[in-house]
Amino acid sequence: MGQTLLQVEDLHTQFFTSRGVVRAVDGVSLHIDAGETLGVVGESGCGKTITALSVLRLVPDPGRITSGRILFRGHDVTKMEDEEIRDFRGNDVAMIFQDPMTSLNPVTKVGFQIEEAMTAHNRFSASLARTRVVELLKRVRVPAAETRVKDYPHQFSGGMRQRAMIAMGLANEPSLLIADEPTTALDVTVQAQIIQLMKQLNRELGTAMMLITHNMALVASLCERVVVMYAGRIVEEGPVEQIFRSPQHPYTWSLLRSVPRVDEARKDRLVSIRGLPPDLMNPPPGCKFHPRCPFVVDRCRVEEPPLGEVGVNQVARCWVLMRNVKGEDVEAAKASALSVEAAQKLKAEASADPEAGNVAGG
Amino acid sequence: MQAAEPASSVAADPLLLRVSGAFKHFPLSGFGGAAVRAVDGVDLEIRRGETLGLVGESGCGKSTLARLITALLPATAGKIVFDGTDITRLRGWRLRRVRRKMQMIFQDPFASLDPRMTVGDILQEPLDNFAIGSMRDRRRRVQELLRLVGLNPNFTNRYPHEFSGGQRQRIGIARALAVNPSFIVCDEAVSALDVSIQAQIINLLQDLQQEFQLTYLFIAHDLAVVRHLSDRIAVMYLGKVVETADRNDIYERPQHPYTKALLSSIPVPDPAVERERAPIALKGEIPSPVNPPSGCRFHTRCPIARVPGICSEEEPKLEPHGARDQVAACHFAGQV
Repeated sequence: MGQTLLQVEDLHTQFFTSRGVVRAVDGVSLHIDAGETLGVVGESGCGKTITALSVLRLVPDPGRITSGRILFRGHDVTKMEDEEIRDFRGNDVAMIFQDPMTSLNPVTKVGFQIEEAMTAHNRFSASLARTRVVELLKRVRVPAAETRVKDYPHQFSGGMRQRAMIAMGLANEPSLLIADEPTTALDVTVQAQIIQLMKQLNRELGTAMMLITHNMALVASLCERVVVMYAGRIVEEGPVEQIFRSPQHPYTWSLLRSVPRVDEARKDRLVSIRGLPPDLMNPPPGCKFHPRCPFVVDRCRVEEPPLGEVGVNQVARCWVLMRNVKGEDVEAAKASALSVEAAQKLKAEASADPEAGNVAGG
Repeated sequence: MQAAEPASSVAADPLLLRVSGAFKHFPLSGFGGAAVRAVDGVDLEIRRGETLGLVGESGCGKSTLARLITALLPATAGKIVFDGTDITRLRGWRLRRVRRKMQMIFQDPFASLDPRMTVGDILQEPLDNFAIGSMRDRRRRVQELLRLVGLNPNFTNRYPHEFSGGQRQRIGIARALAVNPSFIVCDEAVSALDVSIQAQIINLLQDLQQEFQLTYLFIAHDLAVVRHLSDRIAVMYLGKVVETADRNDIYERPQHPYTKALLSSIPVPDPAVERERAPIALKGEIPSPVNPPSGCRFHTRCPIARVPGICSEEEPKLEPHGARDQVAACHFAGQV
């Protein structure tokens, strides 16, 4: 590893709608090393997919990259000519999407579609491409690959279609594979097979992977490093083990506790995050998470925290940080569904009593 | 209000629902009598006040079973006894009377609410249908329902599009509660929601269950959510229930190899656990429900099947195995 493959610097992608400007990606910086697996997690509308689409310069229409740099092996993607960008998309980076049915052409044979991905980018000759198709389908473990190349997408099951999409993504041996919710539409046993496959491919071919998902378990399973996004910004980043063991941003913390675990018998209540994600046309002042945060302090409402170092290779955007939160506040937040209200009531009582002054800046 | 009729009035039978030998075949026209055997001989019991989780992969028949239980589809054969009455034979007002006690919450909060009706109308419709209370009572009840599910009671004049996905799901829940049911079927009710919102809805469902002594049939493909919410869990494969047990027993000591494979394939949000986890890979794909395999339906993918042998020849029955209250349909139960 070591060598930086992709470096995104202060990326802003905005959508210019009739109602106003939506800041979908608002100053995101991240990097992926060669052969590394990076997870990008967050809920719908946090900007994770738009970040990925920006990297490929595929932002849909009212949207535009307004500033920032996207360096792939030192070349700025935002400044590439049409010819270069085509070359970059097919040969260097590939993307697989959530729904394998809508991303395959239903009237063309699966084998031909994979072949087309190769000939379109002039990486392989037509005859070589044809022989490689079977090889690729075998690599993604499609059984009876020799005969299945002649099938149409509807003859494939959901899991097989996703394998075909991955085969297509790998056809030109890209150094980075962007997978946007690759297993969300699949059944659990099929999901397990696809995760296994992606792990193997990463190990065998050294393809770097950017996994975009809302599923924390998937990140735990596949990634080495994780970026947590909220309202168009990165709120926390670090090595997977560290983030799962000691998340410092209250959003990461809540996200990890809002999902039940299949291996735990506890029947505690889930931590629910009050309210809704902010309107990106009109984001709240200060920290974007403060209206939903159970540990909010006055400073959060007026001043946005920077991404500060909180551990070895771990950064978080928070004035409070989980390690400074008092135990009883954490318990209060865990205690009930109305956790936020309960926690704030505790906080109000605490601030009324100056002796109990608690969560000061981090 | 006078319509409120507590579920516990007929307390005697601990079972609220008993499904025995239920079949639902959808005939394929022009295939010489072939049919999709969506539900193919299901036995299931739901106790009063419990949450029964129903899991299985797409196409295993869990949603069809839910529609049989709620009498939205007529069963091809079998008995479904709800609160002492066999609902498969009911027609007309008798059926309507039973239906009032069972309601459903659907997966897609965008598709299950009429976009041209206000929230007030949506919530009042079931009260109108069953002529519950006076007009004033109904309006008051609508506001009470909104408050129950954590929405502002003054939202009655708003339309569904003005709400977020999570709020719409709350409206769907309020609608199900409107007629004071004793039994609610949640068909993938939280699957379409973001994780933080999902937690809110799960907690709400638990609160409502406690408050109104509701019985839930909770259908979902997310086994972690099912384990969290359910008291007992039933696993379906290709139109049949293959195992039923207490939620902890089924996770700790699964008896059927399919249950075991299903559970082993779920990732856990913990990198340390993930490094050790070894999913049991199943061979091949789910066979067609038009022409299910002979003997045990799972034998084509089972890691411990004896084929040729008993597994491909004789269909296993649901029998007690493992813990108390645990049943599994496998010739070699517990031997994975």
